[in-house]
Amino acid sequence: MDGVHDLGGMQGFGPVEREENEPVFHAAWEAAVLAMMRAGGARGLFNIDEFRHGIERMAPADYLRASYYEKWLDGVSRLLVEKGVVGAQELAVRRAFFEAQPGAPATAALSGPLPPRPPSNPGWVPDAIRETGATPRFAPGDPVRTREMHPHGHTRLPRYARGRRGVIHRCHGIHVFPDTNAHGLGEQPQPLYSVRFDARELWGESAEPNQAVHIDLWESYLLPGR
Amino acid sequence: MGKNHPNVDPYIVSRVRALESLLLEKGVLAPDAVDRVIQRYEADTGPMVGARAVAKAWTDPEYRRLLLEDPTTALRRFDLDYAMLRVVENTEAVHNLVVCTLCSCYPWPVLGLPPTWYKTPAYRSRAVSEPRAMLKEMGLEVPAAREIRVWDSSAEMRYMVLPRRPTGTEGLTEAALVPLITRDALIGVAEPGADS
Repeated sequence: MDGVHDLGGMQGFGPVEREENEPVFHAAWEAAVLAMMRAGGARGLFNIDEFRHGIERMAPADYLRASYYEKWLDGVSRLLVEKGVVGAQELAVRRAFFEAQPGAPATAALSGPLPPRPPSNPGWVPDAIRETGATPRFAPGDPVRTREMHPHGHTRLPRYARGRRGVIHRCHGIHVFPDTNAHGLGEQPQPLYSVRFDARELWGESAEPNQAVHIDLWESYLLPGR
Repeated sequence: MGKNHPNVDPYIVSRVRALESLLLEKGVLAPDAVDRVIQRYEADTGPMVGARAVAKAWTDPEYRRLLLEDPTTALRRFDLDYAMLRVVENTEAVHNLVVCTLCSCYPWPVLGLPPTWYKTPAYRSRAVSEPRAMLKEMGLEVPAAREIRVWDSSAEMRYMVLPRRPTGTEGLTEAALVPLITRDALIGVAEPGADS
């Protein structure tokens, strides 16, 4: 989707500001969001592509205002409600409970004893490579052109690189295709390439000299061409 | 917090607690999961594995070749099993820079949690379209003759920069080199030794 998350090349956000001695977490709730995201992913309640698309569907103004972990909370909440893991109504009731009792721990609202401890999830590093035996259509050095497309669903072809000419740098093997995997349409793995674009091809006369961008793109984003 | 830090919803904590309590109740979240996340990332943060691999590459040409050609095998030296990393080499001719314009993908296993600036719209928007100007503002002037090669992490492949070894460090051991190799140098927004 042509969402506000697709930030490459946008202007007006000002300088990049580093925070001196930045803490790992700015507040304990950030760690709670990270733990919930990893638990949901590790238990197979959503995949990484559904997770990213969940965040992309935040209202654009909210997306730009929100901090990183707030975006995650929004995405995880949306997905878990959509998938029926939690109910929108029970979530609203709980939220009202904690708004009325700020500072109460999460356990303060439990409706009964906790279920048996779920098995621990040692982290969630999605492995996207699938050895399907598919033969890549392109080889390093091949000229390609990206498709000009504006799908309403999830895609990892950034807007700034659509309809542009590049050159295959390398093939990363066969990878899960996010555009289908984010929508319950299966992994449909296909070759993934590192594609090199000259900055002038992307930014025209506004390009800085002597610059290139390498983007990882799936085969179906690419057409042969000069 | 810097000016870049966005305004956080005042009800954010109640939203988090609401979901957390439901996931505890449904057996999705283990009661100690949050503490474990805090422990893991506060104790084991920073670019430790990445820095150690780079220090080794600076002192061992064979390891350098392995890290560039087969990072998965190279990282097993540091007890890390990570199949999705590519290491890109800075040279006199090329300066590499890593970004994720579509979300905030980052090589967690080698660099720890990403800094806030890496996740901001300012960095994500400008790194691909005006990296030279942006890096200069961030304190890194890349010579005009040196190509800036930006890696937009749009898939599950992750990127780490192998910076150039600073001159004047020829006498240093691998262990003494590690502290020079900052997270920012491994992302490509600084040279080694110039910490932010």
